Amino acid sequence: MISPLFMAKNISSKSILSLNDSIRAWSLTKNSPIFINRRMVFISTNLLYIKKYIKSIKEQKGDRYKKESEPSPYFLGKLTFNGGLHLKEQKHRTENKSIRELSLPRRVVIPLSQHTGRPSVPIVSKGDTVLCGQKIGNSEGKISAVIHSSISGKVVDICLWNHPIIKEPVTSIVIESDGLDSHIESQKKYADYYRYSADELRDVIKEAGIVGMGGAAFPTHVKLSPPTEVDTILLNGCECEPFLTCDDKLMQEYPKDIIEGLKIMMYVLDIYSAVVVIEDNKKKAIESISKIIFNEPNIRLEVIKTKYPQGAEKQLIKAVLRRTVPSGKLPFDVGVLVQNVGTSLAICNAVKNAKPLTSRVVTVTGDCIEEPGNYLVRIGTIVSDLLEECGYVPNNKHKVILGGPAMGIAQGDLNVPVIKGTSGILVVPLRNQTYSEFYSCIRCGKCIDVCPMELMPNMISISVESELWEQAAVFSPSDCIECGCCAYECVAKRPLVQHIKLAKRKSPSAPL
Amino acid sequence: MPDNLIVTISPHIRSEDNISRMMLDVIIALSLNILVSICFYSWRAFSLILTCIVFSISTEVISQKIMKKKGTVSDFSAVVTGLLLGFCLPPSLPLWIAAIGSIFSILVGKQIFGGLGHNPFNPALVGRAFLQVSWPLQMSTWISPFDGITTATPLTIDKLNLPGVIPSYEELFLGSYAGSLGETSVIALLLGAGYLLLRKRIKLYIPISYIFTVVIIAAILNKDVLFHVLSGGLILGAFFMAADPVTSPLTDKGKLIFGAGCGLLTMIIRFRGGFPEGVCYSILIMNMLTPFIDKITRTKKFGVVGQTR
Repeated sequence: MISPLFMAKNISSKSILSLNDSIRAWSLTKNSPIFINRRMVFISTNLLYIKKYIKSIKEQKGDRYKKESEPSPYFLGKLTFNGGLHLKEQKHRTENKSIRELSLPRRVVIPLSQHTGRPSVPIVSKGDTVLCGQKIGNSEGKISAVIHSSISGKVVDICLWNHPIIKEPVTSIVIESDGLDSHIESQKKYADYYRYSADELRDVIKEAGIVGMGGAAFPTHVKLSPPTEVDTILLNGCECEPFLTCDDKLMQEYPKDIIEGLKIMMYVLDIYSAVVVIEDNKKKAIESISKIIFNEPNIRLEVIKTKYPQGAEKQLIKAVLRRTVPSGKLPFDVGVLVQNVGTSLAICNAVKNAKPLTSRVVTVTGDCIEEPGNYLVRIGTIVSDLLEECGYVPNNKHKVILGGPAMGIAQGDLNVPVIKGTSGILVVPLRNQTYSEFYSCIRCGKCIDVCPMELMPNMISISVESELWEQAAVFSPSDCIECGCCAYECVAKRPLVQHIKLAKRKSPSAPL
Repeated sequence: MPDNLIVTISPHIRSEDNISRMMLDVIIALSLNILVSICFYSWRAFSLILTCIVFSISTEVISQKIMKKKGTVSDFSAVVTGLLLGFCLPPSLPLWIAAIGSIFSILVGKQIFGGLGHNPFNPALVGRAFLQVSWPLQMSTWISPFDGITTATPLTIDKLNLPGVIPSYEELFLGSYAGSLGETSVIALLLGAGYLLLRKRIKLYIPISYIFTVVIIAAILNKDVLFHVLSGGLILGAFFMAADPVTSPLTDKGKLIFGAGCGLLTMIIRFRGGFPEGVCYSILIMNMLTPFIDKITRTKKFGVVGQTR
């Protein structure tokens, strides 16, 4: 609404005639708070218009009030992708357990390779004493990360140790605790991070050893120096895997720090648009995050449909931004950076509080655990020690899975350490499901319907069964994200993920 | 490694669903139709269906024993084949012919190709086609329900302009007219199909495109549309035979093409072919084309089309 006075200021005295005309035209529409008669002598207020205006403002305020009190408006935006399925959530065990710190472990085993890329190089030797937070491994090469000691004590050995993800044993630093848990003297804090350059902050993040906490563990400082221009950050708080609640809990308990971390990332990348994405089953997390981002103009919250695998990068970008990452490309290619909420929290801790990444929240849950919960665990804690403290009841036949039930890795040895990418430990009894026996594909097409990458898993599987690798390659198994939706749905109980993995390895174009 | 730890590949959770449950659902969906046919033809229907099921199961067991293969009777697919074969036979058929049809269905229709999942043709329809060419007289003798008087099916009456009364739409809908054992009662078949839809066992793509094509062609040729939809084995064929997952295309687009092809062929056979009814052969011919339809309707993987930036 432009007032006549304002108009008069902007119009020069020469065109007073046209001003007269324009005001007249404007006032005659009856869409103004005042009436001016034709000769501009008589001015009266337009009561009807003012009443309407006040009513509309009241309505607007009423809307705003409603939105704050009800969580339901968030359910209106059903953003999602093609395919996927709704798994039984099973998050009730740990949903309401607040994050609790475990007692100090007797010893920790810190593998040199906890991240994607080259392993770190140890800078301590056997017999050295280390403090909590002290750097013990330097990054080597471009894609690598720094590692820190998570307890204070003595380096007992640097040897090969079983790894939860990598098949072969990995060189690891074994540290025995002295029980004191003394930290290194506090380092420079970058609480007012905007006074420093982006490169300085990147260095801080690199020195804190931060990697992606969602599971892939890609070094964050590399991700924060993208090769192409990025215009949006998606902060991934989906946690689509059943059982896991650690990200949910982080968002409920540290929403401020998570948003701070996001703001640091936005500052480093010099971008002005970020979206926090949460699935619609995490009402408490949605509430706590929306309270914080209320006065952040550049950050918006997007609530999406609960569906597995909603948290996968490409599916998330498709659901929220409607951008399709081309096959074989990375999110950078569509100008998007996806970060996990845990990573954001770690960045905030590193930059503002000068705390390196020495612990993470792990959801310990499952039927064989007496005290399921979300625990703050020192990195390098041995899984068997951790499970013992949570009341682990080893019953007849069971599985110990590191990660979620859909993509996690079943462990054959519990003497492995918790690493930076471990989001959950799941101990479940084996059901009466025979995994060895499977039948011929009956072409029901369910796997095609649920595949989030829109592949044809059954055709890959059929080709692999007859060892026709060229034919399998036609159905592009290399695009598979191994989410396991197809194998979950298969009525013939075929090991589809296994077959696709085999096809990936044996496909003629794959590097050997 | 401790003995009680199990290591398997992900995913560690799987749905409780399996092939037996799927086939059981089909049997449940067809059970209403069994009752209706027994009501119409009493002991004839009962003995015919029982013969088909018993011979299907025993053929499957014996052939798998001889071929030294893993027994798969527990998946109930042989029962479904026997049921469907029984449903598309005339009620007055001698039992020994039905038995030979069941053996042929399972042996040549299914086990020769390697069992369930490998058969290119719908086994029940293979059996029916075999019986049709081997005993044409017995396979085209129809009796009317309740009284068992020999008469002609409505489609035959319509095609050959025979003397006889074409049943009303209500009769066609309820199924109280001469025809194959389980193909006449549209209401029972639709209720069964509704159950399958509720359980998400079939998709509507094939039945809808099949029936829609029949409607369009009947309308173009200025024939009685409702009569062509309700009579013959169209409803049984569209919902329970053409929509059989093993022998129909994988993708939704392919299913639409498949259904339309079935509809076109059915109407060509009904108006120009030698038989009054063409559902059986049209589905068999389209089964043959399934691999080609699959080839042209392959899904485009994520990130290939529709790039928004």
